[in-house]
Amino acid sequence: MRHLLSAGDLDREETLLILDTAEQLSRVAARPVKKLPTLRGRTVVNLFFEDSTRTRISFEAAAKRLSADVINFSAKGSSVSKGESLKDTAMTLEAMGADAVVVRHSASGAPHRLAASGWIGGSVVNAGDGTHEHPTQALLDAFTMRRRLVGGRGDLAGQRVAIVGDVLHSRVARSNVLLLHTLGATVTLVAPPTLLPVGVASWPCEISYDLDAVLPDCDVVMMLRVQAERMQDAFFPTTREYARRYGLDAARVALLPDHAIVMHPGPMIRGMEITPDVADSARSTIVEQVTNGVSVRMAVLYLLLGGGPELTPSTPLEGGMEFV
Amino acid sequence: MPPARDLHAQPTGRELLSAADVGRTIDRIAHQILEKTSGAADTALLGIPTRGAPLARRLASRIRAFESLDVPVGSLDITLYRDDLRLRGVRGLEPTAEPPGGIDGKLVVLVDDVLFSGRTVRAALDALGELGRPRAVQLAVLIDRGHRELPIRADYVGKNIPTAREATVSVLLAEIDGRDGVLLGEAKGDAQ
Repeated sequence: MRHLLSAGDLDREETLLILDTAEQLSRVAARPVKKLPTLRGRTVVNLFFEDSTRTRISFEAAAKRLSADVINFSAKGSSVSKGESLKDTAMTLEAMGADAVVVRHSASGAPHRLAASGWIGGSVVNAGDGTHEHPTQALLDAFTMRRRLVGGRGDLAGQRVAIVGDVLHSRVARSNVLLLHTLGATVTLVAPPTLLPVGVASWPCEISYDLDAVLPDCDVVMMLRVQAERMQDAFFPTTREYARRYGLDAARVALLPDHAIVMHPGPMIRGMEITPDVADSARSTIVEQVTNGVSVRMAVLYLLLGGGPELTPSTPLEGGMEFV
Repeated sequence: MPPARDLHAQPTGRELLSAADVGRTIDRIAHQILEKTSGAADTALLGIPTRGAPLARRLASRIRAFESLDVPVGSLDITLYRDDLRLRGVRGLEPTAEPPGGIDGKLVVLVDDVLFSGRTVRAALDALGELGRPRAVQLAVLIDRGHRELPIRADYVGKNIPTAREATVSVLLAEIDGRDGVLLGEAKGDAQ
């Protein structure tokens, strides 16, 4: 695997390899020296055409813990605001010798274009493209579920996950549906009909319009942010009505089984899709998700960049031998 | 991403040590560790995965049998510290577990199955430095097959085996391979 563009590109073995690697790497955070020499001399460019707090910082922390050099690029304050195209920006980065480009773009498919165009020679990691995909978020969500619900090993077979809210504009929802399906979990999307994308019936998941009916059977309830910045039309009458029907408050949390966890990819809008008391409760994994994000992104960067330039996955590494 | 290593692929070759030999050799190393560390005081065993980890556990259990002493055991994965990652392609990680009580101020005995170029041990020393600060570090190996590329030697050696550089030495342990033994194989080209 050279790029990470979609959660749907990962099969079960690859997903488990990433999660298991992240599990080992997460222990680095507990050490006095939180640094590994693995990617010394490699350059990772964070190419962010869209605002981000946690994803960019998370990728930066992950790359730095592996000793890679990090160059941060944000569209604001760069030549992009003068009208430079994605192609010219990419070719500039290539000329500077980037081994990996972590890209976030408001256009769905921009990372795919970068990876397929031949503009750059390094690995491309999708850090969120438009309303399409955000694979590392799905990986860190799966990592968090695995730790909280099944002891940090194996897949998520039999786990029931509800993803609630603005599915239409959510790249997190799509990546999660694909990845959780690969890991054997059952996903139910819960949203008003206006906030479900066209073609959602073909996704490997169930669909419901009634949150209260879904909650008693959930192991995980994942709330999505209502993405006002992508909404040009009126998708629901008022925010109050949305919050009343699809917001997660203490009364709704009481419907959940005792072991169930509450997740949110962030940034959250307190009072809209989730109330502050739920967001800060012991069931909420919101802060944990951020911590896990660093470990998962370290695993992704290690697995993409750790090996040699011409990786031949079919060659057995060392058979039954212990090397050197 | 490459497939996971198949640890159960049975290597072939001439038998150098039988299962009974491996058991006796481990017993001897355990005795030597007890002698050289004045009764394993303040000592911790740290196995290097894959096969160093069960070896370290076996040494600890033999020391317990001989002297009723509990020596802390851990494992130390050195994959992320290797200098040949770019040459060999990426691989999954093995668990790292600090021995109970940590390694600060302890005499740490690194345990591995085969000592060859010495690069694994160099990586292990780097990894160890970031886990803590041991009082001293020693090295125990089941097989020393020569061909060192770095100034590294073992404190405890189960068996010295002169080998051709291209030959393969396979240590089998019941915990991983289903049986004990050491095999010497002919050159396979890409192995080692």
